[in-house]
Amino acid sequence: MTGLAELFQSQLVQTVLIGAALLGVVSGVLGSFAVLRRQSLMGDTLSHAALPGVCLGFLLAGGRDLGSILAGAFLTGALAALAVVLITRTTRLKTDAALGIALSVFFALGVVLLTLVQARGGAGQMGLSTFLFGQAAAILRSDLWVMAGVTAAALALVAAFWKEFKLVSFDPDFARVQGLPVLVLEIALTVMVAMAIVVGLQMVGVVLMVAMLIAPAAAARQWVRSLGAMVLLSAAFGAFSGMAGALISAQARGLATGPVVVLVASALVLLSLLLAPGRGLIWQALRARHDAQRLRGERVLLTLHGLGAAHGDPAYPSEAGMIDAFHGVTSRRALARLQARGLVRAVRHPPEETPHWELTDSGRDAARAALRRTGGDVEGRAR
Amino acid sequence: MPQGAGTDGLHEPQFALHVEDLTVSYHTNPVLWDIDLDIPPGVLAAVVGPNGAGKSTLIKAALGLVRPVAGHVRYFGQGYAAARRRIGYVPQRSSVDWDFPTDALDVVTMGLYGKLGWFRRPGRAARARALAALADVGMQDYAARQISQLSGGQQQRVFIARALVQDADIYFLDEPLAGVDATTERTIMALLRRLRDAGKTVIVVHHDLSTVRRYFDWLVMLNVRIIAQGPVSEVYTAENLRRTYGGQVALIEDLPPAPGAEGPTAEGGQDGPR
Repeated sequence: MTGLAELFQSQLVQTVLIGAALLGVVSGVLGSFAVLRRQSLMGDTLSHAALPGVCLGFLLAGGRDLGSILAGAFLTGALAALAVVLITRTTRLKTDAALGIALSVFFALGVVLLTLVQARGGAGQMGLSTFLFGQAAAILRSDLWVMAGVTAAALALVAAFWKEFKLVSFDPDFARVQGLPVLVLEIALTVMVAMAIVVGLQMVGVVLMVAMLIAPAAAARQWVRSLGAMVLLSAAFGAFSGMAGALISAQARGLATGPVVVLVASALVLLSLLLAPGRGLIWQALRARHDAQRLRGERVLLTLHGLGAAHGDPAYPSEAGMIDAFHGVTSRRALARLQARGLVRAVRHPPEETPHWELTDSGRDAARAALRRTGGDVEGRAR
Repeated sequence: MPQGAGTDGLHEPQFALHVEDLTVSYHTNPVLWDIDLDIPPGVLAAVVGPNGAGKSTLIKAALGLVRPVAGHVRYFGQGYAAARRRIGYVPQRSSVDWDFPTDALDVVTMGLYGKLGWFRRPGRAARARALAALADVGMQDYAARQISQLSGGQQQRVFIARALVQDADIYFLDEPLAGVDATTERTIMALLRRLRDAGKTVIVVHHDLSTVRRYFDWLVMLNVRIIAQGPVSEVYTAENLRRTYGGQVALIEDLPPAPGAEGPTAEGGQDGPR
């Protein structure tokens, strides 16, 4: 425990944590819009396409200069986005194919350039390969200012154009009809995503950066009922995964940060998919079971009602075996549940020794209500 | 954008919607060919035609969502940009993702974003208007409901309420009755009639020929070209149906009585394309 306290006091760790939190917030916020606009794969293409730019920036600056590296990443990312637009406009290829083409071509180019840089040797080439999978420890205090600037700018834009971004994400055609500059707004969102990717490259790496956009937003979507809540929760999830991943990877020597961050974020997604109330799989399975039980109970109720009608006695005591035979399965548990709800009661019907069941008054009302709802004949037999 | 000369002067202002020489094509295939269309104010108009006839494209081109290769569109004599505030739009329900995290009231409020302007959030007045529009479509009890939990008919009514708060003079609805239950259909048609009776112009892309004569008073028959247009009583003829739908007319239950002559406003001499 003292080790952990010391860890937090170390300036390096502080830098890493602040950087990871900033990256998590900005990618969580922008990722929400990207996911809702079904643009998450654009983020993947942008981040992979940043690699050749990273190498070019390195080559041109002659060293590991963050400014030129980020500029290069932004430039090739933009070129890839342009390529996607051109491919979809001029050919019959759909967006997914265009994204795949741009992603693989630019990434291949990046890997070739990376190999070239490393073959040339030099003091900084080791640092360059961290851009593939990220290395949080490589972040400098001065880098934080860049990250904070990008985050603040993105948050300010999202706050200022909140309703416009919301409408463009939900229904771009309707936004256009209302006179909103939809293309400009969409480009603004994409450019902001590209900025977030560029500042996240060092920490998470080009290969897995897209997970920082998708995972927090996908996890957040499970829990919320409004876009505002989704954006806030996604930012919190992003910050948490970033900080946890950075801390864990700092513990183990040589462990790249990106994969750890992604694993933490994916755990959040998995938990959210399973547990979220209303949308979670477990919740839905419970509800399905509840519905099945209710349906089974209703059918037993209708059978009792029908048997009563057939015998001209609404309180006709039906033998348990008869009910089972009618349904082809044992109805003991369904009857017990109905009894707990006060809709049926167990009765004796001498001289027979076997258990019998009859409808209570409220059971009769419930059966009639069910028949009316399903359009059955209230006085006649159950169908 | 259709921006003819003289946007200051009104061009054909007697029509709520005036379309001239409109042609739209995707990859050199014409989807709409040389459309001339005039719809007077205060009618409840149906646009009918077979699949692929360009019904939705006609609306989208009129609204500037699809770029025409030729032609122009005027609303009450004005160009689209000038008339934008007078236009309401109900897109096809399937055009958006209903799993978006929001509630019915919020979606209806989106109809006011254009008029609110930049940097202004919808306030109490906007909320009240959105609630009133929800009440107009019988959805006041669902204001706080997540849109993913609404039925298809309820989603459609939310979309119509969103157009109502636009407070337009001319409304375009793209298949508002597709896949809705009978109650919703009655609610929607009663609402559209009220709009028409209040002097609004309502243009509906419609797919169910059996209800055309009951629901609408103006009819546009489309199959890439305009086949016929005018009052339903004059245009809804077996001959026009055959020219619009080809051999599929046998499927239509509500065939009109055999007409003595073709409707006077039907465009004669043009053969519908195959």
